[in-house]
Amino acid sequence: MRLTPKAATLLVLALLVALTPFFFPSGYYYRVGALLFVNGIAVTGIVILTGYAGQISLGHAGFSGIGAYACALAPTHLGLHPALAIVLGAALSAVLAYLVGRPILRLKGYYLGVATLGFGILVSMVLNNERDLTNGPDGIDVPDLGLRALLETWGLDLTNGQFWYFFCGLSLILGAWLALNLYDSPTGRALRALHGSEVAARTVGVDVARLKLQAFVISAVYASVAGSLLALQNKFITPDVAGFMHSIEMVTMAVLGGVGSVLGAILGAGILTLLPQVLTVFAEYEQMVLGLVMVLVMIFLREGLLPSIFKAIRGKGE
Amino acid sequence: MSELLQFLFSGLTVGAVYALVALGFTIIYNASDVVNFAQGEFVMLGGMITWFAHAQGLPLPLAALIAIAVTALLGVAMNKLMIEPARGAPVVSLIIITIGASIFIQGGTQLIFGKEIHSFPAFSGDEPLRIGGATILPQSLWVIAGALVVYVALWLFFTRTLLGRAVLATANNRLAAQLVGINTSFVMTLSFALSAAIGALGGMLAAPITLTAYNVGIGFALKGFAGAMLGGMGSPKGALTGGFLIGLIEALTAGYVSSQYKDAAAFVVILLVLFFMPQGLFGRKSTDRV
Repeated sequence: MRLTPKAATLLVLALLVALTPFFFPSGYYYRVGALLFVNGIAVTGIVILTGYAGQISLGHAGFSGIGAYACALAPTHLGLHPALAIVLGAALSAVLAYLVGRPILRLKGYYLGVATLGFGILVSMVLNNERDLTNGPDGIDVPDLGLRALLETWGLDLTNGQFWYFFCGLSLILGAWLALNLYDSPTGRALRALHGSEVAARTVGVDVARLKLQAFVISAVYASVAGSLLALQNKFITPDVAGFMHSIEMVTMAVLGGVGSVLGAILGAGILTLLPQVLTVFAEYEQMVLGLVMVLVMIFLREGLLPSIFKAIRGKGE
Repeated sequence: MSELLQFLFSGLTVGAVYALVALGFTIIYNASDVVNFAQGEFVMLGGMITWFAHAQGLPLPLAALIAIAVTALLGVAMNKLMIEPARGAPVVSLIIITIGASIFIQGGTQLIFGKEIHSFPAFSGDEPLRIGGATILPQSLWVIAGALVVYVALWLFFTRTLLGRAVLATANNRLAAQLVGINTSFVMTLSFALSAAIGALGGMLAAPITLTAYNVGIGFALKGFAGAMLGGMGSPKGALTGGFLIGLIEALTAGYVSSQYKDAAAFVVILLVLFFMPQGLFGRKSTDRV
């Protein structure tokens, strides 16, 4: 039996989540893994926006910020359960993406990049400046999700690191599954069509403006959920989550691995999440190495790492 | 009234730096269609290298010259090593390359010069001048004059010299320029050198007022970019006007609205410009060929 690309991607992800813990030398690695999966979720959203629909966003961390601060603020101020706060954050992000996306998705290329960048920076500025609500740049505590305690009463006793590792891993698989379904759906095909050529897509009856907006809203929800999960697992969040550098990181992860495929983008997320861990010995050089990696990959592996690897393997087979 | 004048003075001072950044953006954008997010790092390098050379005991004018020359060389190196090999890459890739370059330069500067905030003496003393009830630092006049002189020099260069016209021709149509014998590769190199030098000049002039550190570049880049976009991408006149306008809007926001949100002003302006007049104040209306 041959696996479809969709089944193959999900299988690889499931194996990754299930099997890597056997190789963890210490509990700390569960944390790194959970972080990787959270970044994977955000980056899957970028795949939908950039890989499928061909639109750029340099401000998606803004939505992560909204998701994160929804989990920090809604439980204390609105009395909402943290799980519902994730939903609230996602809904807020979706509405905001819809409102902002309508005017700015008419723009292309650099202009779209800068408009989204401006949006992201405004969000992070609000989080930094509204001290009464957000506690400013010092960051704010985030309540416990409570799910681990619930699992414990059911007899499933996980450490905090293990819980978040598997919770984020399962969320990532779910997110990837939804994204892959979207790819194969009529909407996904239309998105890819407008990526190829907007004019051609329009002439065959694709509602270009509506579709771009859909992709933008969906990817905003991914970023928001990723932000929420980050806040909940750290139990603490600072406005950096919405910062310019975080937006750039998201796009870089996606493009580094290969923005055209979910698995590629997640590979990129993995590399950029692990890079600082590997480089702790050379902490002083971390920034330089990160910058250099970004430049070199874009010059030499334009489609991203994963497609280039596949190409190399296929090239040898012939 | 004197309060307003004071805000206008401080707006013109920062606006002049933004205008220099915007002019640098414009030169590279015209020559290569690349929006160089590392433009702010040239500004940072201008300030940091001048500080370093001055701290080593060199006289200030010599230190400034060294800073501009070194930054220009780095600009050329960036073009040769990062931009030229990526010719024809999609916009996302180019954005990531220039941001990568920016992070790389920041990391390198931090490694060589450290994380501290630095400054060096103002060129003509620190005694503020009184004008109409408000005060202005002599260094502010240096910055503003710098922006105007660079603009006029660029205007003369682009309209009165053969080389400048070659740059414009390359900006209009690279292939056609090549066909009439223009060395477009040299034009690219020249554009990066010029743009980096202008950025460094801005950073060097502003550092006595704004101070400098390894991480000040990105702020200048974004504001300068806002200026270039407000004025209309690709138009030097627009870059100059847009840069000054962003500075003024920022200073007035800080004075009358909220000093916390002064940095937001530039981005609100960008979003409004993009919504309502994407071609900016002086830009040409662009049409896409299918």
